[in-house]
Amino acid sequence: MEKTSIDINKPRGLHQYQWEIFLIVLFLAVNVVNSFLSPYYLTLDTFVSTPMNFLDKAFLVLPMTMIIILGNIDVSVGSIVALSSVLMAVSYNAGLPMPLAMVLALVVGTTCGFINGFLQIKFKELSATIITLSTMTVFRGIAYVILEDRSAGKFPSWFSFLAWGYIGKIPFILIVFALTAIVFAVLLHRTRFGRMVYAVGSNRTACEYSGIRTDRIILGVSMLAGLMAGFTALFLTSRMGSTRPNVALNYELDAIAMTVLGGISTNGGKGRITGPLISIFLIGFLNYGLGLRNVSAQVLLIILGFLLILSVLVQNFTDRPASISPKKLSAPTHRSDAGDGSDIHENSAQGG
Amino acid sequence: MQLQVKMNADGSSGGGGNGRPQSSEHQSSSLFSSLVKRLTRNSEAFRELGLLIFIVLLAAIFQIRNPKFLSVANIKDLLANTAILSILAVGMMMVIITRGIDLSIGSTMALSGMVTSLTVSANPDISPFLSLAQGMAIGLAAGLVIGVLVAYFKILPIIATLGLMNILRGLTYLISKGKWVSAYQMSAGFKNLSTGTTFGINNLILFVIGIYILYTYFINQTRTGRYIYAVGSSPETAELIGIKRKRIILLVYALMGLLAGLAGVLWVSKFASAQGDTAVGYEMNVIAATVLGGVSVAGGRGKVSGILLGSILFGILANALPLINISPFWQQFIQGLVILAAIISNVLLQRRNDRLTLKKRVI
Amino acid sequence: MRETDQIFMKIQLKEADMKRTITVVALVLLALTLVIPSSVFAAEKAKFAIVFKNTGNPYGEKQLEGFKVGIEEQGFEAILRSPDLPTAEAQIQIIEQLIAQKVASICIVGNDYDALTPVLKKASAQGIKVFSLDSSVNPQARLTHVNQADSEKIGQTLIKAAYDMSGGKGEIAILSATSQASNQNIWIDFMKKELAKPEYKDLKLVKIAYGDDLRDKSVSETEGLLRSYPNLKVIIAPTTVGIAAAGKVLTDKGLKGKVFLTGLGLPSEMAEYINNGVCPYMFLWNPIDVGYLGSYVGTALVSGKITGKVGDKFSAGRLGNYTITKAPDGGTEVLLGPPFKFDKSNIEDWKKVY
Repeated sequence: MEKTSIDINKPRGLHQYQWEIFLIVLFLAVNVVNSFLSPYYLTLDTFVSTPMNFLDKAFLVLPMTMIIILGNIDVSVGSIVALSSVLMAVSYNAGLPMPLAMVLALVVGTTCGFINGFLQIKFKELSATIITLSTMTVFRGIAYVILEDRSAGKFPSWFSFLAWGYIGKIPFILIVFALTAIVFAVLLHRTRFGRMVYAVGSNRTACEYSGIRTDRIILGVSMLAGLMAGFTALFLTSRMGSTRPNVALNYELDAIAMTVLGGISTNGGKGRITGPLISIFLIGFLNYGLGLRNVSAQVLLIILGFLLILSVLVQNFTDRPASISPKKLSAPTHRSDAGDGSDIHENSAQGG
Repeated sequence: MQLQVKMNADGSSGGGGNGRPQSSEHQSSSLFSSLVKRLTRNSEAFRELGLLIFIVLLAAIFQIRNPKFLSVANIKDLLANTAILSILAVGMMMVIITRGIDLSIGSTMALSGMVTSLTVSANPDISPFLSLAQGMAIGLAAGLVIGVLVAYFKILPIIATLGLMNILRGLTYLISKGKWVSAYQMSAGFKNLSTGTTFGINNLILFVIGIYILYTYFINQTRTGRYIYAVGSSPETAELIGIKRKRIILLVYALMGLLAGLAGVLWVSKFASAQGDTAVGYEMNVIAATVLGGVSVAGGRGKVSGILLGSILFGILANALPLINISPFWQQFIQGLVILAAIISNVLLQRRNDRLTLKKRVI
Repeated sequence: MRETDQIFMKIQLKEADMKRTITVVALVLLALTLVIPSSVFAAEKAKFAIVFKNTGNPYGEKQLEGFKVGIEEQGFEAILRSPDLPTAEAQIQIIEQLIAQKVASICIVGNDYDALTPVLKKASAQGIKVFSLDSSVNPQARLTHVNQADSEKIGQTLIKAAYDMSGGKGEIAILSATSQASNQNIWIDFMKKELAKPEYKDLKLVKIAYGDDLRDKSVSETEGLLRSYPNLKVIIAPTTVGIAAAGKVLTDKGLKGKVFLTGLGLPSEMAEYINNGVCPYMFLWNPIDVGYLGSYVGTALVSGKITGKVGDKFSAGRLGNYTITKAPDGGTEVLLGPPFKFDKSNIEDWKKVY
């Protein structure tokens, strides 16, 4: 059976992981530079406990990967974190047992995600950008209405275990994150749901006409995002021992930056979860290393901004040959229809 | 019978007053429903009317709660505070029409305001017009960068403007070295830019009038202006018929940047103070006012009168809330709801419009 | 061969090349990482850190400046940090980085009273001396607190000023910020307590407005106050952004002499309005001094001279000697001194300082 041009031109083996390798090299470079810049960097403690600083927002990167593969974006995740956190604190202080309050945080998050998804499927003319921009304001607005200027906290002492605790030598949050990441990786790369995410992201109209329930995919992904925001709320609140309506400001920016830097193209339809996973640590350690040198907040702002734009720029330049005009491919004299169908069901995601 | 699709001057289709009655359907019995149908046949006009009614209603409610609301002095305050918002809405309208968004204008305003204030503080004899020009130049530069990134490098507007938002804000802090520029460091001429009057009218209002006259002419009567609608309405088709899409998008962001730069100068002049965190989050207000005014985020639609009304409505909300003792902590929530309601109603009205247009095609 | 196969072969060759280069680079970097000699770094002086609420705040910058001067004149190294957003999370990140740098002491100007407690406790557990300044944190997380001025005195002074400006009777209003950091509400509470006293029976507090420390919001709130209370005599604004905004509004509306303004403001921001009479006088303290005092508290704690208990005494350079007292929130504090009055006679000197 003749191979199709897709099969021939698809990168193979290690070449597939081009972008991830690039990220790993970058990560190593960052570590080297950091070690030179500060004598406090190179300790075991650094690598084990620094992630505790940024892993709370890392939970958001997992669903954000799916969202961007879908071709959408979600800028309301930070506000969902705030709302979940505030409601958890307020309900606990009103008498709800803590475990239930924690569940409430997850429920609130998922509900907010549901609202996002619902609006997106009912009003398809509206882009996800503007919908989540509006819900971002509404969700955080609700948090402000509830808690105004005050803070709420006074959680039971065991609650701080979430963010500060260790199991053996490994931080608890790292374990939870690793497990969640595995779940998402399986979800995205090994289940039908994940396959459909790629499909809808590639060409939504084709999917709709093929009978794929695009609405359910979008709703599902949005709710996942809300659920993960609930997770973030749990860990962030545990880290601080109290909460306010203005927590998790700019978390969405960080999540998007980590995802996009991880090689997920904003055009949708491609990308692998390994990239964002690496870039979480890349950006996290970069921030940490710079902080060890007491780089000012202004400079950090500028760096983050540049990083975001640069990563998308590089994305757009290194896009797959398939997305360049068909002229570059040879004449399709050996296109096999269906064949063994392997090229369709095969993971069509290519690395950056 | 011929197919009749009338294009209005604002780029919306659907006739207002295209009076050929549909034969079989709409045999409404009562006069009232036929009147309603007449009005709602053009959803654009309906929306405008709705906005106007809403404004009048709101004003009435606020007036009842606090009789000082409709006083001349308060209205002057309201207009002055809304002026900057309405200027920015002009730029945002063009951006949203082309299916884009710009989250960086708050930071652009801060940078432009800070730089011009620092310049004035060091050179008090500088003409205020030069300061305006300087501010506009800074804004233009920022806008051009965004435009290039979006148009030529195909970066999503939300990402490009999110990135620039951070970069410009960081620059503002760096340039100001964490300090503010205070009133005593600004020349009287500079401060008068916003607070002075010419021919008895507040300068800010004159700015608004001037800009809106220019803009209405530009967007409705010039070819480039119409191209903006075309590009937003259907980018691929626009390319096909020879419109230089990338240049239009570049132009749109450049203009937004220019207006943001201007607004920045006016802002620091109005408050006689330039801070590093000036206008943080202000872009949401501008987007709210624009979207309220009926500019469709799906692209291709929007009227100047709409954004004017939207800005006024927004300004009323901002002005009246302190007067009627609504807790300030409700503001963000209300603002979010307003945006959501506006964009959803936009969509619903648009669907209705499309349906009606379709029905009008008598075949 | 077909074109595509040729292209494919070229890609494969390039791939092999690339793989090789990348592997080499990666190995080199790994090797470097493992072999860094830590003697690359010279011996360092003890480090004292201060963390402010956010960047771009001139008041904060002056505090940091004073702190730096104080630390350096004692022969140590000062680290000045501020987050770009006034949030607790951002400060937590900074504190983690400071802990890793093994600083001797952390002086925190808190964005939140409680949220920093876990991370500050972590710092204390590692031997770092933690104390707060300006905006306090939970006493459980701090050894002591450096307060600019007695909160009760601030309340009393401001009410007395309002009384004098209003001629003894009339309506007054307060324009506040947000009550995010502990100080605003404490001062307002003391002001209310003071107003309850019999000598102020003719003074009526009609409203507390919140300008959120945002310029445009403070302007709207001031205009709202003037609109709703046409007989308003005095506006008290114990926030630097609010008082400047109110000053602008009163000036623009030509209300000098009819409505008076006082509160806590930066001399640089208020110079214009003190000179034109809209604000006869106002108060603040010198943030440079606050930071300077903080630096001596830090070194005294680290050297063991004081432990933060009530009654501890120490010397603070050019400011003289201080004693630690009990703080209203159950912890301890050090007071800088009484609030400083700014009026026409001295504003010219001070407006350039901060």
